[in-house]
Amino acid sequence: MADPMKIRANVVGDSTEVKVLMNHEMETGQRKDAQGKIIPGWFIQNVKVTHNDKVVLDAQWGPAVAKNPFLSFKFKGGAKGEKVRITWTDNRNDTRTDEATIA
Amino acid sequence: MDKKRREVLKAGGGMTLLMLLAAAGWLRPGDVRAADWNKAAFDTKTMDETMKALGGGTPVPSNDIAFFSTPDIAENGAVVPIGITSKVPKTESIAILVEKNPNMLAATFDIPAGTEPSLSTRIKMGQTSNVYALVKADGKYYVASKEIKVTLGGCGG
Repeated sequence: MADPMKIRANVVGDSTEVKVLMNHEMETGQRKDAQGKIIPGWFIQNVKVTHNDKVVLDAQWGPAVAKNPFLSFKFKGGAKGEKVRITWTDNRNDTRTDEATIA
Repeated sequence: MDKKRREVLKAGGGMTLLMLLAAAGWLRPGDVRAADWNKAAFDTKTMDETMKALGGGTPVPSNDIAFFSTPDIAENGAVVPIGITSKVPKTESIAILVEKNPNMLAATFDIPAGTEPSLSTRIKMGQTSNVYALVKADGKYYVASKEIKVTLGGCGG
């Protein structure tokens, strides 16, 4: 199981700003190791963010997203104390879900 | 002793329904992923191929798409901040494409109603290249581009 995400969700005006930092190698599959063998790709493919069971962002990523991915966006609504839930799934079918309370 | 039991319970509770279903063999994650991840689009090497894989025509250049917090020169291609805002009405999705990366498409973001068509993330760039912000709005595609100079490539070596 991968390390937890760092999630911050803050009310800004009438929106909620979400900032998330994920822990993932995001190996491209283009690099070679010391023996000249290609290091297999290993990267997050899907990211879903929900608020009160409603999807507020649904992303597909390729290996060109940087290591330990960062993502920031805003959605309308959201109140202090409510939860934002983020799930990612990588190309090895590893998945991780974390939750943050809106502040 | 008691504390350890709690931890075990907590770890078990953290498993998502999807994982439980997968564990039970009711749902093969591979199947789900195949449907959710557009492999054809992420394998493309040119704008035309990408547009075809996404099911769109040639995108129209738009001044309503802007980059923010995006450098002109990236010292480290492994971590290039990209911010994109779309003012195109009814923006449905935003994609980031890097012309000279091994595969052009870096990421797509579906923007449901209620979510601002503005986001930022970080990508990798192999070399100096044009970066495209591709916006789908009301079924049509729009694009804006920006050249980012990379002084140190992001693909290792």
